[in-house]
Amino acid sequence: MEHALSLFVRSIFADNMIFAYFLGMCSYLAVSKNVKTSAGLGVAVTFVLVVTLPVNYLLQTLVLEPLHLEYLSFILFIAVIAAIVQLVEMVVEKYSPSLYASLGIFLPLIAVNCAIMGGSLFMQQRIGLPAVDAKAITSLLDAFMYALGSGLGWFLAIVCLAGIREKMEYNDVPKPLQGLGITFITVGLMAMAFMCFSGLEI
Amino acid sequence: MLSQKTKDTLLGPLNANNPVVVQILGICSALAVTVQLKPALVMGIAVTIIVAMSNVIVSLIRNTIPMRVRIIVQLVVVAALVTLVSEILKAFAYDVAMQLSVYLGLIITNCILMGRLEAFAMTNNAWDSLLDGLGNGLGYAIILVIVAFVRELFGSGQLLGFQIIPQSFYEAGYENCGMMLMPAMALILVGCVIWVHRSINDKEAK
Repeated sequence: MEHALSLFVRSIFADNMIFAYFLGMCSYLAVSKNVKTSAGLGVAVTFVLVVTLPVNYLLQTLVLEPLHLEYLSFILFIAVIAAIVQLVEMVVEKYSPSLYASLGIFLPLIAVNCAIMGGSLFMQQRIGLPAVDAKAITSLLDAFMYALGSGLGWFLAIVCLAGIREKMEYNDVPKPLQGLGITFITVGLMAMAFMCFSGLEI
Repeated sequence: MLSQKTKDTLLGPLNANNPVVVQILGICSALAVTVQLKPALVMGIAVTIIVAMSNVIVSLIRNTIPMRVRIIVQLVVVAALVTLVSEILKAFAYDVAMQLSVYLGLIITNCILMGRLEAFAMTNNAWDSLLDGLGNGLGYAIILVIVAFVRELFGSGQLLGFQIIPQSFYEAGYENCGMMLMPAMALILVGCVIWVHRSINDKEAK
């Protein structure tokens, strides 16, 4: 339990998906223009991560490893992600039309979001680590906590950036730097700020 | 030999229509593998090959793919190619494959691939798709190499693992900029590349 908790906190701050690994950068930059939509995307990413990572964990440990089929993991993981995203979309549409409306076009796009696939691939690496390692994922609970933490970290990062970008609308930025250039530099500065969490130990 | 249109297809993505700095696709891996020049080069080549090949394959089967499941079909084609490339790299360049780690697998979800497949390969013939894939892959590789060049040169004083900055500089008090090796600097450098690129291209437009 303690290990799972530490994994959770680390994956929000020290191993933040955006600032330490650049996962899901494309949608991160494209959608962070205002706080409301970016919060919607953040929730959607967290949700899909929490559903897909435990499934991929079970696949990796119960199917791929015993059968020595690790080289098939790319195809299998992406198929699972695409299928689950489709499934989640149908379920959400049926039972919660309001949530479906607010997530809108983000849900189908998440299938090709690197954050989800990256989460699965990082988890695959971490399964092999010795249990004493702070980054090791050794149980289903660990996988779940890692997914939740990574998702929340992503959510935090995109909402922060959206807030800054909303304020920055009124700033006098050099013309060629406007838009994406300054956004990159902002994210870089945020990443520097997040670096102070890297020594975090629980 | 090449008509104006095919020339545009091949060379456009290198500068004016660059996938990374203009269309902002495939940023994740562009940032993560650029600490050193060698993995960046390998990554650029791998992506170029995969974009070109998947473009050709999807363009050949585009008339038989049902519209509703096209994303999954495209993903499977790409995933199969990425698996091939990663197995080949593991066999012949193991240390680079380890350095690239998950980012090699993440080529599957690289937006350049899906973007080109959707926007180009689904509506064009195989030859044009091949050129388009090559152009976009090279456009991506160029940015990777620029960023990695700066980061490796100033971050560790080396290029491709060879010492470039002479020892006498260090004795005179020069120090490597450790900041360059941090993830944050990759973002800021790409920001600067976009800045330079835009200011040059805007001038040309005028």
